[in-house]
Amino acid sequence: MSATTERARSLRRAAMSLLLAAAIYEALARSGLFPAALLPTLPAVGRALVDGILDGSLPAHAVSTLYRVLFGMSLAVVVGLPLGILMGRFRPVEGFFLPLASALMPIPSLAWVPVFILWFGLGNATAIGIVFYAALFPMLLNAWSGVRAVNPLWLRAAGAMGADERALFWKVIVPGAFPFLVTGLRQAFLRAWIAVVGAEMLAASDWGLGWVIFDAKEFLRADVMLASLAVIGLIGFLFERLVFGTLERATVQRWGMVRVERG
Amino acid sequence: MSHISIRDVSLVYDTPAGRVTGVQGASFDIEQSEFLCLLGPSGCGKSTLLNIIAGFLAPSSGEISIAGKPVTGRGMDRGVVFQDFAQLFPWRTALGNVAFGLEMKGVPRAEREKIALEQLRLVKLEKFAYAYPHHLSGGMQQRVAIARALAYNPSVLLMDEPFAALDALTREDMQRLLSEVWRTTRKTVIYVTHNVAEAVYLADRVVVMTPHPGTVKVHVAIRLARPRDPLSVEFLEHQKELLRHLGT
Repeated sequence: MSATTERARSLRRAAMSLLLAAAIYEALARSGLFPAALLPTLPAVGRALVDGILDGSLPAHAVSTLYRVLFGMSLAVVVGLPLGILMGRFRPVEGFFLPLASALMPIPSLAWVPVFILWFGLGNATAIGIVFYAALFPMLLNAWSGVRAVNPLWLRAAGAMGADERALFWKVIVPGAFPFLVTGLRQAFLRAWIAVVGAEMLAASDWGLGWVIFDAKEFLRADVMLASLAVIGLIGFLFERLVFGTLERATVQRWGMVRVERG
Repeated sequence: MSHISIRDVSLVYDTPAGRVTGVQGASFDIEQSEFLCLLGPSGCGKSTLLNIIAGFLAPSSGEISIAGKPVTGRGMDRGVVFQDFAQLFPWRTALGNVAFGLEMKGVPRAEREKIALEQLRLVKLEKFAYAYPHHLSGGMQQRVAIARALAYNPSVLLMDEPFAALDALTREDMQRLLSEVWRTTRKTVIYVTHNVAEAVYLADRVVVMTPHPGTVKVHVAIRLARPRDPLSVEFLEHQKELLRHLGT
């Protein structure tokens, strides 16, 4: 079976799952069991979505949310990736940072929002800080596990061929840990995306998809809330499928280090 | 002067069950371009001895020198081939794997790829230069591993049961191929195996080792003309002799 028919088949499967879920929702919305203001029909949500896009407000909100996510996540990668790799490679680094990570990790990122507001005030700094906090640990832990999972035989073979510590790091450890690094990026984005919406509800003033939802509550605009949720879901979905899916196909799938995904 | 000299090498290590002698008092010499097999049952210390020669393990006592230079660790005068197919880097093509050692030496890209391609031709895999290891069969992966170990032109090739995980037919093909490669390159080879027929097929000389503790029992020279016929009377006589030394 060629890759393109497999690709088309996977798209069709994804569309089927989504359509079925939408149909069930629409049936519920039209059943009259709930007030229309609380459970708007899909066309109503669609109208709110189109209005928001046409007047430019939804794209602007999406851009400011994406900016916070990408900024915070980049910081998390810049810190978490090297630190995780160093933890996996050097015992003293592991001994120092692992207890710290274990203690901080179980604290929900949203629990930090009031603290961060106190420190950084309302606005971008707090949202980015929360995103950083949420994305840091998946990146860190996956990098750490990835280095520990590198086949010792690769290190031994590379050593026999004259690789020094620097070459071992860049040419064996990093690519050898790649399945974990890709998973780390994926999870970091997911956590960041979840965290940013919550942070915006509490800490953003005027901009961001999370703020839209919180603000719409004041005006009982369930359609606007759902439209914003749809945008949040769609952007997350696109990142997951396009960015991380492409990255995985171009690397660890091509190298046979993980099996090809289905669905 | 012999190419490799092994003098009274022992390795003792501590385990939860107490001190274990892996290798005890191994001494022998290997000539330039000689094909030497270390033969013995599992646990006789033959792989341990190979790892000491490779520089992966330091001996508790004794000395090894290659071309007059004492071995103190890993070195690019030795190429190593392991048993496990997973020794290849999955993120590099066959060519990229073979070129790794040259890359470490700082050989420019065009030149190292040219040399790597020659090495792949030597193991008859030039058509698969751009394939990733997971698309190659076990036998092909081991051939890439041999080309990789030869590419940076070490004078010694160390092989740790490289064909043990292959099926019998592939193993015979690989032995024929290795024999040809050795005759072309004239490397000094130390080849670890527990397979008596393999040792008789490949070796100029077989060093038989016995376990608990791992000691060198006897040297057996194989003076049969190559290519060797595994069904000839002389071949079978040598097998019988080795089996006798192994005490089976």
